[in-house]
Amino acid sequence: MDTAANIFGKACGYGGLYVFGRREYHSNIKGLHSYFHLRISSKEVLANINDVDLLAAFDAETVVRHINEVVPEGGVIVDSKDTNTKVLDVPTFPPEFVEVTKKFMQENNVGETLNDWLNHAKQRNVHVFPVPYIDLLNQIGEKLGIAQISKITRMINVLTIGVSFALLKYDRSLAEKAVRDTFAAKGKIADMNVLALNMAYDYAEQNFKDGFKHRLTKVDVNEERLFLTGNQAVAMGKVLGGCRVQTYYPITPAADESEYLEAHQIMKTSSGEDEAIVVIQTEDEIAAINSASGAALAGARAATATSGPGFSLMVEGLSWAGNDEVPVVITYYQRGAPATGLPTRHAQGDLRFVMHAGHGEFPRIILASGDIQECFYDAAKAFNLAEKYQMPVIHLMDKAVANCSQTYKVFDYGKFKIDRGDLLTEKDLEGKEYRRFRFTETGVSPRVPLGTKNGVHWYTGDEHNETGHISEEPFNRRKMVEKRMRKLELVKKEVPEEDKLKFYGDTSSENIVVSWGSPKGAILESLDMLKQEGFSIGFMQVRLIHPLSTEQVKKALEGKKRVIDVENNFLGQLGGVIKEATGIAPSHHVLKYTGRPMTTTEVYDALKAILTDKASKREVLMFGS
Amino acid sequence: MVLKHSDFRVPDVYADWCPGCGDFGIMNGLQMAFAELGLEPHQIVMVSGIGCSGKEPHNVKAYGVHTLHGRTLPFAMGIKVANPALEVVAIGGDGDGLGIGAGHFVNAGRRNLDMTYIIHNNGVYGLTKGQASPTLRLGLQTKALPKPNINEAVNSIQLAVVSGFTFVARSYAYDVRHLRDTIKQAIQHKGLAFIDCLQPCPSYNNITTKAWYSGEDRKDDNGKPQSRLYKLEETGFDPVVHDWKEDFNKKVAAMDKAREWGDRIPIGVFYKNELEPTFEKRLVDRIPFYMDRPPAKQKLCGENGLSHVDLTEFMEDLKTT
Repeated sequence: MDTAANIFGKACGYGGLYVFGRREYHSNIKGLHSYFHLRISSKEVLANINDVDLLAAFDAETVVRHINEVVPEGGVIVDSKDTNTKVLDVPTFPPEFVEVTKKFMQENNVGETLNDWLNHAKQRNVHVFPVPYIDLLNQIGEKLGIAQISKITRMINVLTIGVSFALLKYDRSLAEKAVRDTFAAKGKIADMNVLALNMAYDYAEQNFKDGFKHRLTKVDVNEERLFLTGNQAVAMGKVLGGCRVQTYYPITPAADESEYLEAHQIMKTSSGEDEAIVVIQTEDEIAAINSASGAALAGARAATATSGPGFSLMVEGLSWAGNDEVPVVITYYQRGAPATGLPTRHAQGDLRFVMHAGHGEFPRIILASGDIQECFYDAAKAFNLAEKYQMPVIHLMDKAVANCSQTYKVFDYGKFKIDRGDLLTEKDLEGKEYRRFRFTETGVSPRVPLGTKNGVHWYTGDEHNETGHISEEPFNRRKMVEKRMRKLELVKKEVPEEDKLKFYGDTSSENIVVSWGSPKGAILESLDMLKQEGFSIGFMQVRLIHPLSTEQVKKALEGKKRVIDVENNFLGQLGGVIKEATGIAPSHHVLKYTGRPMTTTEVYDALKAILTDKASKREVLMFGS
Repeated sequence: MVLKHSDFRVPDVYADWCPGCGDFGIMNGLQMAFAELGLEPHQIVMVSGIGCSGKEPHNVKAYGVHTLHGRTLPFAMGIKVANPALEVVAIGGDGDGLGIGAGHFVNAGRRNLDMTYIIHNNGVYGLTKGQASPTLRLGLQTKALPKPNINEAVNSIQLAVVSGFTFVARSYAYDVRHLRDTIKQAIQHKGLAFIDCLQPCPSYNNITTKAWYSGEDRKDDNGKPQSRLYKLEETGFDPVVHDWKEDFNKKVAAMDKAREWGDRIPIGVFYKNELEPTFEKRLVDRIPFYMDRPPAKQKLCGENGLSHVDLTEFMEDLKTT
């Protein structure tokens, strides 16, 4: 299914179209319902919407779960063999979904087969396109001389793409190019898939002549574009930012990033000498954080990537890194929690956790990305922050931004500077006495990588003196605590404004949305829609969550009539953090904790209801299966 | 400049171990080994965990990283991978390495990084006042235990052999010369070396004491104590795997020797195999320039400070135009 969505997205990209894609999958290997929700436009798209124009289903379950999202004049592509399936017999439906389904059938007088469901949709003017996939596969098998259809059932993916593009009357050569590109490394497989694509395209052209009005039309563009996920953006950003050791223990939705890095381990440089990142799969997350810290002490830019359960195991190591002023980067992909939670689903429930994780008081930086381009640059910037201020940096991601894919103009990364902070060399140290934790005005002590001549020093998880030896003396303790903590003031002072807070829309309005992370896209699109309707509203995206720019946040929110907190969690955690820091509490919350990201449709609906005083103080969103 | 044993001392740090603690012997063994190998303090990184042994790096003039309980090996791995030119010596207690850190112990064996790991094996958790450690045998009741030990001991030598350590040895904190020589061999070994260092704890282990190891309770007719420790190298035991065909039998022999305890306790090298590729070698197979430009030594940027990475190849895959 991922392959199908990628081919589809690529083919659209080749036609100059913008794509936004969302991947939804169960925590299982095979069998349970997965889907890819794509939105395509000639203009930039930042999020999904609720309405579905064309539903391409590989099985009966997909039809049942999504058919009511298909709008009038929309279409459904189904496998002909599924049409007689009794809906309630689908073995993968959990009991709570069967209840909902039964209720729907009773209330709407829908019969027991999939055909009955399709007929019900037809009454809403939805077009139904049954495709005999098995027949098509048989024909393909014949042409290729493959007797066993089971060997090519995977090609149903490509058949669906062929049918979809035929219905949308999209240039089939672009689809062909996307197929060839996807299977480029596999030679004959590419030819087989192109054949399948064309047969499906022909079949649909010949058999589905009337009705479907939606069109995809090629647009001319003269810029290079990328279609990528947040995971991939972070991986590239890390490499750009100089990350040369990455440690990880497999966990969804973080592992994709490390695998991508390992696949692209060796990189070219403009200086001519190749460089490389060492990716280590450790035995657990405890080893992951601590080996990353070790590598950082030795002078490599080092990171680890994980999700909630893994970060829980890293917490002791985080505290050590804070105490020992280790420039280590942790990329944290939030997912549905607590416990195992919704391991493959989206959430933003760990803001408070990352702010407070670790025993004792120590400084840290938390930077949250709101879109895929930010993921790229933030991943790189995290290393500059870590080394300049010598503290752990948590790059806060979420499943939505990690697994969604979006079209962007090729990133112009040429101006990215590496800033290693106060880093001394063997020569700087000659004839001098070096103290790793020297007390300074800013709290930042010049750093020396392990192994540097003339720089021998010590680290300890105990409280230590300037040299790094254990010290329990009260006066030293006080100075050392204050030295570490005062670095946060420097961070606040030096980090550029746009990395702390980003403002959009009409910020002088009496209405302001506050949010962080992946809801950004849906909020921006909603703001545009509301503006067109004459509503005035601004948006403050919080990027540097810790240390928070309290004064600026206060200034932005003071005197507002409506402060609307939009987050994917139950508590409205950012709203709480802002209240704690500024005394200003959100007047409204728009929250979602179903494990699915927010769509533009539902954010727009909620904001409009709030602006017109038709909403409650707490709007809870539900869209998405 | 050739350094002396005393050049590795840290005069401004008071070693706060109990009088008679084996940690002093291990400290001396390390300092002597470093000096005799011609190493300089900045070339060495000593990594330790928590416990009395965790303080060892503070008393040796070399880079010291005193980490978390049980996490010595992960820190050491990160340091070594980032800069393989460093001489990394990880040390920890028996609880640190075989209790809370046992998972790392086993997995370190799978990697075979070219570094050394020394466990201070005294059978108790000293710093928390004498609880049973993973090397204390079933039924023994050291003096701080309210009841005899209910767990059987783990055999660290056997565990190291089956985990994949390619140099497995045992020494004794009070035989400093033997310890020094064993540390030297471990450092010179190409691969992951493990030393199980037997060590009395004068405060909490009143069973395997210095007197017990040296056999004060079993004197010969002339009144001379009969030490329980004997040296493998003096018995003609050959621990070295010269050919992969020998490997299984050498492992079995090492594990068999490791069963001996009580009146005859072997020290020395149990197993040594330099045929197994180190983790560094495995990395070189993927990254040919790894040893010349390891992660800690890459430039990251040009003179102008701009990141010099060329992402063209990454982006090529993602382009849709």
